[in-house]
Amino acid sequence: MTRIASCKSRTQVKFQFNGETLTAFNGDSVAAALLASNAGPFRTTPVSHAPRNPYCMMGICFDCLVTIDGVGNRQACLCEVTDGMQVETQLGRRDIAK
Amino acid sequence: MTSHIEYERRYDVVVIGAGPAGLASATSLAEAGLNVVVLDEQTAPGGQIYRSATRSPISDPKILGTEYYRGAELVAAFEASGAKYVPQAIVWSVSPGWDVGVSVRGHSFLISADAVILATGAQERPFPIPGWTLPGVMTAGAAQILLKTSGVVPDGEIVLAGCGPLLWLLAAQYLRANAKIACVLDTTPRSNWTKAIGYLPGFALSPLAAKGAKLLLEVKSSTRVIANVDSIKAVGESGLNAVEFTRNGTTQKPIGAKTLLLHQGVIPNVNLSMAIGCEHVWDDTQLCFRPVTDEWGETSKRGIFVAGDGAWIGGAVVAEHAARLTALKVADRLGKIAAGELSNRASRDRAAKQRLVRGRAFLDKLYTPAKQFRVPEGETIVCRCEEVTARQLRDVVALGCAGPNQAKAFLRCGMGPCQGRMCGVTVTETIADARKVSVEEVGYYNIRFPIKPISLGEFAAIPTTDEAMKTVVRELPPGVTS
Ligand code: FES
Repeated sequence: MTRIASCKSRTQVKFQFNGETLTAFNGDSVAAALLASNAGPFRTTPVSHAPRNPYCMMGICFDCLVTIDGVGNRQACLCEVTDGMQVETQLGRRDIAK
Repeated sequence: MTSHIEYERRYDVVVIGAGPAGLASATSLAEAGLNVVVLDEQTAPGGQIYRSATRSPISDPKILGTEYYRGAELVAAFEASGAKYVPQAIVWSVSPGWDVGVSVRGHSFLISADAVILATGAQERPFPIPGWTLPGVMTAGAAQILLKTSGVVPDGEIVLAGCGPLLWLLAAQYLRANAKIACVLDTTPRSNWTKAIGYLPGFALSPLAAKGAKLLLEVKSSTRVIANVDSIKAVGESGLNAVEFTRNGTTQKPIGAKTLLLHQGVIPNVNLSMAIGCEHVWDDTQLCFRPVTDEWGETSKRGIFVAGDGAWIGGAVVAEHAARLTALKVADRLGKIAAGELSNRASRDRAAKQRLVRGRAFLDKLYTPAKQFRVPEGETIVCRCEEVTARQLRDVVALGCAGPNQAKAFLRCGMGPCQGRMCGVTVTETIADARKVSVEEVGYYNIRFPIKPISLGEFAAIPTTDEAMKTVVRELPPGVTS
């Protein structure tokens, strides 16, 4: 995805996705930040390991589940991205330790 | 554990959700002198329709259109009213009393109130087609949220598909933002026109008509719209590559696209009102379950109100009027309205709401989604979380599975993290179709608290009195003891 030209300038945020440094803007959800960078998939399913990306962006579908700063099962569409945040793809079911 | 989040243990009224209904009701209640708290899942007020209304990064107001900016007015009035706002607040239980269990950034609280207003709005109707779980396929609403909150649009070719006002609105907004729409696949069944035509006068007289006509013209004059589309398939390996479809039953040339945005109307968010135990009915026109409410929005549970699209799909402006009516009733019950004044004070919002409701009937009839897009067959996924297909669901029905709750036991259908929010209405309609019985007879999932996943550690850390603790213990999930 991409950002449209008609945008006010906002503070940049740097965060990591699976170890790679990406940039986003203050006020982006983690989901918007990842989609804008064409990063993904957000998670793979527990049943068939199929890749998934956000479907609803409003907290309903849970297809945006990622691990954020070591905590699994976070809805990327409901969390705001912050500087230094560590985001990882959630593989299958939530790791019991996370 | 104590928390850094400021809250009181008791309010006169808890409002859940900060869209048009939540904001309008809370503002009226606070202005009436009541102590109100609004618990909102989002990080800023506005709900979905007015998402980021006060802080959208989009600098050209023409892109989203004037109606979007009504949200900023609502938020300003709300902020001036003195009502308390708690962002990132996820409500996981509401128990008699009323006690509201809410989780805020990993800490849970119980808040008690005399009345609770559910302003949890609507969600998009599921659109189960082959390939709808592929990355690159999302709802039109999701795409609109990306645009409003972050100015993000898909790059490359975009296909929009489905029916209903939001699809056309998004198409217009994309065109204004110079996003590349390959085409719009219009799935509105031609036969809907005959059902809708009788409601045209009411629609023509409502403010909805002129707006709608302008929008359609704007889209149709600058992008390809393919009508009478009666099947759609999203194809790709690790993400969408193409959209296959038929028109009047005939296969058409597939369209290469990286993004497919689906929409076929919205339905009330019923998880919370269901879990509370409010009575619900199947709405034959809007094809969804909705809570039974009186003219003020009060449910079958005294003190639990539903305002806005969570009670009946009428759109943002209807939600605002309905919410003010609810607020009046609550204020009246809590002694803030002079005796005999209630009906007088309600007359303006009631009349304005009525005018819009009359216009809505036409849209409901015209945009009733076709059966094949609601009631899937074959390998199409019904439950996205547990990847249950329509065939599996129909097979267990043939073995005697009579309803959604049994389907859970057979297939884990509806037992994934979304707790049936996404598949509920599809599962019910598909079972009804397979059994050849009515939707009412099949019923809906039994929804139980906690309605959002919260960790046991969080339960254990709730700052609480003994009495309040019992409320939580009553609501612990099966198999967990305190
Ligand atoms: S994208 Fe659906 S819950 Fe986040």
